[in-house]
Amino acid sequence: MKTIVISDPTLRDGNHAVRHQVSIDQIAGYCRVADKAGIPIIEVGHGNGIGASSLHLGHARCSDAQMITTARSNLQNARLGIHMIPGFATIKRDLAPALTLGVNVVRVATHCTEADISLRYIEFVRKQGATAYGVLMMSHMASPSELARQARLMESAGAESVILMDSAGYFLPTDVKDRIAMLAVALGIPVGFHAHNNLGLAIANSLAAVEAGATMIDGTARGFGAGAGNAALEQLVPVLSRYGYDTGIDLYGVLDVADYAAADLAREAPNTTSIGIISSLAGVFSGFATPVLRAARETGVDPRQIIAELGRRKILAGQEDSIVEVAIELSKNTNPNVSIPAMVNDNPVSNTNLRP
Amino acid sequence: MINLSSQDELTSPDTQESSGFRHPLRVGILGTGNIGTDLLMKVSRSKFLACTAFVGRRKQSPGLAAAQACGVRTSYDGINYFIDNPDCCDLVFDATSASGHTLHLPVLETLGIRTIDLTPAKLGCMCVPAVNGDDCFLASHINMVTCGGQAAIPAVFALAQSQPTIRSLEVVSSVASTSAGSATRANIDEYMHTTEDGIRQLTGIASKVMLNLNPALPHIDMQTTILAEVPELDLHQLYDALDPIIRRVQKYVPGYRLIFKPRAEGGRLVISLRTRGRGDFLPEYAGNLDIINCAAVVTAEQFAAYAPAMNDFVMAPD
Repeated sequence: MKTIVISDPTLRDGNHAVRHQVSIDQIAGYCRVADKAGIPIIEVGHGNGIGASSLHLGHARCSDAQMITTARSNLQNARLGIHMIPGFATIKRDLAPALTLGVNVVRVATHCTEADISLRYIEFVRKQGATAYGVLMMSHMASPSELARQARLMESAGAESVILMDSAGYFLPTDVKDRIAMLAVALGIPVGFHAHNNLGLAIANSLAAVEAGATMIDGTARGFGAGAGNAALEQLVPVLSRYGYDTGIDLYGVLDVADYAAADLAREAPNTTSIGIISSLAGVFSGFATPVLRAARETGVDPRQIIAELGRRKILAGQEDSIVEVAIELSKNTNPNVSIPAMVNDNPVSNTNLRP
Repeated sequence: MINLSSQDELTSPDTQESSGFRHPLRVGILGTGNIGTDLLMKVSRSKFLACTAFVGRRKQSPGLAAAQACGVRTSYDGINYFIDNPDCCDLVFDATSASGHTLHLPVLETLGIRTIDLTPAKLGCMCVPAVNGDDCFLASHINMVTCGGQAAIPAVFALAQSQPTIRSLEVVSSVASTSAGSATRANIDEYMHTTEDGIRQLTGIASKVMLNLNPALPHIDMQTTILAEVPELDLHQLYDALDPIIRRVQKYVPGYRLIFKPRAEGGRLVISLRTRGRGDFLPEYAGNLDIINCAAVVTAEQFAAYAPAMNDFVMAPD
């Protein structure tokens, strides 16, 4: 039976769903239940990773240090993970202190074509004796071969796995299969996949990844994550099991995790809204939903139109300031001719892939 | 707080000829990559500067070939060229890397050559011409902070001048991926910390700096957004302080402008600036490279205009 490692960013990606307001008590409670269920890696932090709490991306309720120490003291078997993005966190200010607090796994994440900026951090993490994974975000914006080249850079720096993130929830299962299969051949290290559920395909895409050779899959309790959320752990684990994959996670344990989340953490499970669907079709980061809705309210512009324009401009996570600019520009345009379907057709990625 | 009144006329010193300008200042450029080659083009256009040495370390560097073709004296001996030819220039622009500059600085100091450092080594007097150009006038060693610092600090300075309380401050810059060279890409932490230090030194405000690299085509222009919590925000006073300082920056970087009028959004003050370059060696979208080079050149021009006998000014090394 093939083994799949489940990595659980509920307490990190889920922070996007509550404007980064996950509390110390929720971290402690969730870690205890998830640890008991046998989930091997549990990630904590601001939605955009360590060092990202800000006016720009939203202030987290707890500091990085509070989140890490709380999780650390409530985990016995699970390894503690963090997400870090170069340009938001630095070694001196964020990464080195996190490692001294007992983080085991650091996932160094860059936009899918910018892997070279991750190398220094991956090398640093390995030198400190922790596990380093590379993460390629917004991976729908690069071809399979480009992703393979980028992933190999991360591998060359010492990454022990590379994870593709479908940050916009854009992929269809065939897109996932093509990319993961390419990486599985190109790399000598495990390949992972992180789904978003904008089109209701998070579980199907995760399964496609596994069948194409991925051995590490991200899942969150109740799908608690940015925008439309992620692959729900309580669905992912039994589905993988029925397909003959071993996750090492106890069924009742993972159901307890979901119940805990339903009662105490993710009372409203993320769902697919019209914003989630349009941001998938436009290839825009799922986490933009909250600031887009705010800018739409303040300028009176249709939020779908803002998302469509952000997609046309290929604005990435981290460029949240462009949301305000786009909303202001659209609000001045009395007769907007950027219709959403036209935009989707203009998007080269959409153009090829929207055809069945 | 720095007094701005003496700098209201900051400009390329076209009108200074009567006040003692005689000869162009002889400048060397160390580093023949994108920044160095773009600097060479800007220096060549200046009436007040003459490039007397364009020095790299790689014989095959395309920048060296381009300079040679223009009749500029070139070398690939690196810092050794200046050791062998200590009288070749009055000032050196260092466009290598932070670690390179740390090695070059003591050598250039011993040789009595003034330096303008474009790397994030932050060893010299931090200089943003529109804000504190005069403070650096007697310094033998100037540091140009970072591209993000050159774009953000004038606006933060206006913010600090016009508002009594600033509770927190962030600076987010986004640049086209191809405009960030290999040295920048390997030194993002240094970029962030040096920009934060520059903001603190020149405006007194602690900040958090962030950087995005975006590979989108067509290339994005450099964009710098300042976010702040300002409890008693007065947008009119802010705009009154911002407008003149932006016009001062425009004198050396014409493509520097507000994207929209500063506004309160989501409980925060938002000031967004776009910087388009002149398109000399580097394309116009690379405003990040242009602004630091323009700032370095205008700083050197001020020296040329006001201090023709440069050696009398440079402080002897201890």
